[in-house]
Amino acid sequence: MTIEKRTLKKEAVGEFINRLRAGQWQVVAPKKKDKQVTFGEISGAEDICQDYVQTTQSAKGVLFPRVEELFRYQMQENGAQILEREGPPQGTVIFGLRPCDAAAVAPLAAVFTWDYPDAPFKKRLAQTAIVAISCHQADEYCFCTSVGGSPGDTRGSDILLTRLSGGDYLAEIVTEKGKRLVELAADLFTVAPKEEKEKNLARVEKRFDAKKLAEKLPGFFDSPVWIEQSLRCLGCGACAYVCPACVCFDIQDEGNEKRGRRLRCWDSCGFSQFTLHTSGHNPRSVQSQRWRQRLMHKFSYQPDRLDVVGCVGCGRCSRACPVDMNLLEHLIQIAEG
Amino acid sequence: MDALRNKARELLENKLAQVVIGYGEGSLGRVRPVFVKEPAAAVKLVYDGRCLQNLATYLLKPEVKKMGKIALVAKPAALKTVLQLAAENQIVNGEIIVLGVTADGKLIDFPDFKAIEAHVAASGPDLSPEELAVLDRLSHMSVEERWAYWQEQLSRCFKCYACRAACPLCYCTRCTVECNQPQWIPVPAHDLGNLEWHVMRAMHLAGRCVNCGDCGRACPLDIPLNLLTQMLVKGVGEHFGQRAGISATLDHALSTFKPNDKENFIG
Repeated sequence: MTIEKRTLKKEAVGEFINRLRAGQWQVVAPKKKDKQVTFGEISGAEDICQDYVQTTQSAKGVLFPRVEELFRYQMQENGAQILEREGPPQGTVIFGLRPCDAAAVAPLAAVFTWDYPDAPFKKRLAQTAIVAISCHQADEYCFCTSVGGSPGDTRGSDILLTRLSGGDYLAEIVTEKGKRLVELAADLFTVAPKEEKEKNLARVEKRFDAKKLAEKLPGFFDSPVWIEQSLRCLGCGACAYVCPACVCFDIQDEGNEKRGRRLRCWDSCGFSQFTLHTSGHNPRSVQSQRWRQRLMHKFSYQPDRLDVVGCVGCGRCSRACPVDMNLLEHLIQIAEG
Repeated sequence: MDALRNKARELLENKLAQVVIGYGEGSLGRVRPVFVKEPAAAVKLVYDGRCLQNLATYLLKPEVKKMGKIALVAKPAALKTVLQLAAENQIVNGEIIVLGVTADGKLIDFPDFKAIEAHVAASGPDLSPEELAVLDRLSHMSVEERWAYWQEQLSRCFKCYACRAACPLCYCTRCTVECNQPQWIPVPAHDLGNLEWHVMRAMHLAGRCVNCGDCGRACPLDIPLNLLTQMLVKGVGEHFGQRAGISATLDHALSTFKPNDKENFIG
């Protein structure tokens, strides 16, 4: 559909949230807790924190929870009974996330619907609506424009709000799902504003070309650059777990011969056991190989096989890294190398 | 800082060390670990109040060990770590060069572990008055309050294991959480899995933790994990009169039987 433009007055945001909640949507938004801003369910607009560059964790957990029950089983006289997995009880609106996070739905969906349509993910995706807010501030870790995004990117959003100079919002209604949300509060969405969107957006300079990088990376497979870049890497999974586009998971069974459940848990290619074979052999036995995999997967394999970059340039990994592994810096080194 | 850079250059030029592990400028005003291999690159080294990471964590990393003889820029907690690693037979005297920097910026080139022991002995207690005050506040909570506090803190954990990766004494090549026959610790980052993981890690560090605080600093979710290990530093000190990281030879409190050990916890 063509994007429809409206105005959402700043005073009307609270009422919009109320109408969403009254319309049986759970609303998840950035909330401030101690020093961190992170996503959680809100009961009103007053819970939302907007004064931040980026949340520590992404909103990925709404679509791909860190621990997700796939099914339960219990043994009965006539054999094993498989019990329905717990599905999300109601629809969720992720409100106020950054456009980069909205864009991260594409790489997640590309993997979860690639060769096998993943039922839990598809169900969550169908039940999720995204109302993003354009960025009016950025920092040196941000690089959305280098991976095809922008501070006012509408991709992945059902509605994109951009704060204008007076504090009111330009509302861009991007999808049919977005339209249905607006219908819950049609009176709040008035005629489109005259003010331009662009001048209200953060400036994020393009630092490298993702297409050229994807072409270049296969030739770097045996480069010493991976060892050099990853010497200080501690091999934790902080980068993967704050990433809105990392999709790796591990399956864990909990239970016994009578009853139990199967869980899907986040996993990280940075862990030393990630590719450990039963034989004891590990094709990625040292951290430099794991670091190479992380970059190759996002910037070479995924563009090649799924036609999507596995990174949206949110910069969370660089901010979260305890040893300052700066992804943008490392990508530029390779792009210019 | 010049003294440190000059020393690093001299060590590399004279091939007394193949790599100097220190701090260098990072992004947005942060510092990061640097591995200096060329004498000319010694100018990259910095040392100031931002240098908090315990670099001794790299001493046992296979890729780093392969680089040859290591010279380590050691902040006070890293000096203790070196002694503790020696006490646990992970490094031997003379295997690494340890460079300390005093509060007023003077360089100390420790000739051996004995010299580190003497330096550490002259330093203050393991826990600062501020740290003790926080522990005191926790201790004065009711059991229910403290349980609620830790439940809330640990519920955020997504098990990235940055605490373990940053810890210089978590050097096991196969962590208990990764043993699955039998499975000791639930892998999923749910409440039980998180609680068991952090209690297990803390207990494995009892009497070994040198209180560098890197577990808490590394946590991307700001969980104050160092409070768990600090409580154990305090407890081991009180019950066994022992401190980790003060000697390169140590009978560990929790793995050594002494006839005069307290047994009042039994029955």
